[in-house]
Amino acid sequence: MSTFWTTRRRDVLTGYLFITPAVAGSVVFVLVPLVLVLWYSLHEWNVLADTFDFVGADNYRALAADPNLPSVLRATALFSFGLVVLNLTLALLLAVLLNQKLRGTTVFRVLFFSPVVVSLLAWTIVWGFLLQDNGGVNSLLHGPNWLRSGGTAMTAVIVVQVFKNVGLNMVLFLAALQGVPHELYEAARTDGASAWTVFRRITLPLISPTILLTSIITVVGSLQVFAQISVLTQGGPGTSTTVLVYYLYQQAFQFHAFGYGSTLSVLLFLIVLALTLLQWQMRKRWVFHES
Amino acid sequence: MSRRTRLFLYAVLLALCVPFVFPTWWMITSSFKPNAEIFSAALWPRHWTVQPWRQVFELQPFAQQYFNSAYIAVLVTAGTLIVASMAGYAFARIRFPGQNGLFLVVLTGLLIPSEVTIVPLFRMFNTLGLVDTHWPLILVPILGAPSVLATFIMRQFFLTLPGELEEAARMDGLGRPAIFRRIALPLARPALGAVAIFTFLHSWNLYLEPVVYLSTRTRYTLPQALTQFTDAYQGQLWNVQLSAASMTAIPVLIVFVIAQRQFIEGLAHTGLKG
Repeated sequence: MSTFWTTRRRDVLTGYLFITPAVAGSVVFVLVPLVLVLWYSLHEWNVLADTFDFVGADNYRALAADPNLPSVLRATALFSFGLVVLNLTLALLLAVLLNQKLRGTTVFRVLFFSPVVVSLLAWTIVWGFLLQDNGGVNSLLHGPNWLRSGGTAMTAVIVVQVFKNVGLNMVLFLAALQGVPHELYEAARTDGASAWTVFRRITLPLISPTILLTSIITVVGSLQVFAQISVLTQGGPGTSTTVLVYYLYQQAFQFHAFGYGSTLSVLLFLIVLALTLLQWQMRKRWVFHES
Repeated sequence: MSRRTRLFLYAVLLALCVPFVFPTWWMITSSFKPNAEIFSAALWPRHWTVQPWRQVFELQPFAQQYFNSAYIAVLVTAGTLIVASMAGYAFARIRFPGQNGLFLVVLTGLLIPSEVTIVPLFRMFNTLGLVDTHWPLILVPILGAPSVLATFIMRQFFLTLPGELEEAARMDGLGRPAIFRRIALPLARPALGAVAIFTFLHSWNLYLEPVVYLSTRTRYTLPQALTQFTDAYQGQLWNVQLSAASMTAIPVLIVFVIAQRQFIEGLAHTGLKG
């Protein structure tokens, strides 16, 4: 063995070889496309017409003047906000119920979690079927045509998504609840605190890191919703459920406006970036206790 | 806890189960209903028929589409496990110049939803002549943003390994690659299992990318194929569609029931999104 290839040098070489696929992949499939999307957003680019002209900030001016933009942003915000509120509330409720000393909670945990593993499209299609005018939901509720009325379409899409994934947050909350030290509860009980006070003053502050974590995961995930919109409402009625990713898809891949589609991608990126920075700020300030 | 409280809690839990369990139940039972019965509220088909299950294969090259989804998901899972465990191990256990900077390069993928880069990626694959092939659905998940979370999880796991194990192996004359393969990887089985589960499901559920890249029916993957069951007038063939959906969902559900603990812990604690 040559003296040049010491153990240390061989180690360094192995290290570089081991990370090469991941680093090269990130450069080719994440960083370069990110730079390209910024570059494309400065161009008028129609794939069908085969035009690719530099237009400076024109796409961004068009974005600011886009009559659909307020509605798209409102739909995106509504979906994310509605989803987070409903998802976290239900997840916490389920976790508290499963945290009681009851027999058979494992079975309920499996049942509440099961939609997570049902294929997304299968779940969406069966809900689309149930929410038809003459479908299963209306044979119980005699409600409106859920997916075709402006007042209910967004709520319906949110609810479908909540039931699909609330099991994930439920499990995270359950783990957090089980991490609250028993002595604290007992001390509070000896002081004569009511169950609600205990929950508000002890449980909630102690699980606040989990609340923050789950709300961030849920918000960022909610910005990526596409299949559900595409199958259930196609963005309608009108543009009431056209969220940003769906609008991006329509512009780029249905209307072949790649330049404008790239501009919308940049907007999506900026929103996710802002949310991530906000999360870092909140972590420092809001969270009461971090392990 | 009094008996009455307990009964009340069970009643609440059972009621809450309805929107979680009922859709899957309805999907499977409705897929055996004849067309005339499809909108009846019966929980059980009055006249059983397997006709819709047969029609699935007549209306679409469904066996081929099923195979496409399965082989892509298997390749993506295997590829991700290899790439992520190697990178995760090196970032956690080996010291080399530029380590932190290179780790940051990889981590940017966590910040960028894949929807942001879909336009340039489409353009890249179009230039390479790989649109309407399965390559984008295999390469991007293994090497791009979706695998970053896997790399991160593997790194976090390898950080917890005690250093003495590697010291001992080194005394026995094992080199790095051998330590990785014979010592570290076998110990990482729980982390690998979690990564395998969420990677497989991510690939199995992928929808935007196939819709963007694929245009030939025989190359479709399942999620895309499921939306295509319509009659000549674009009316939806609900029972056929629900049969296809059942076929997509049931195998995963069975594996889930067998290995529910691994699934629940693996998925929840690795932060599967969307």
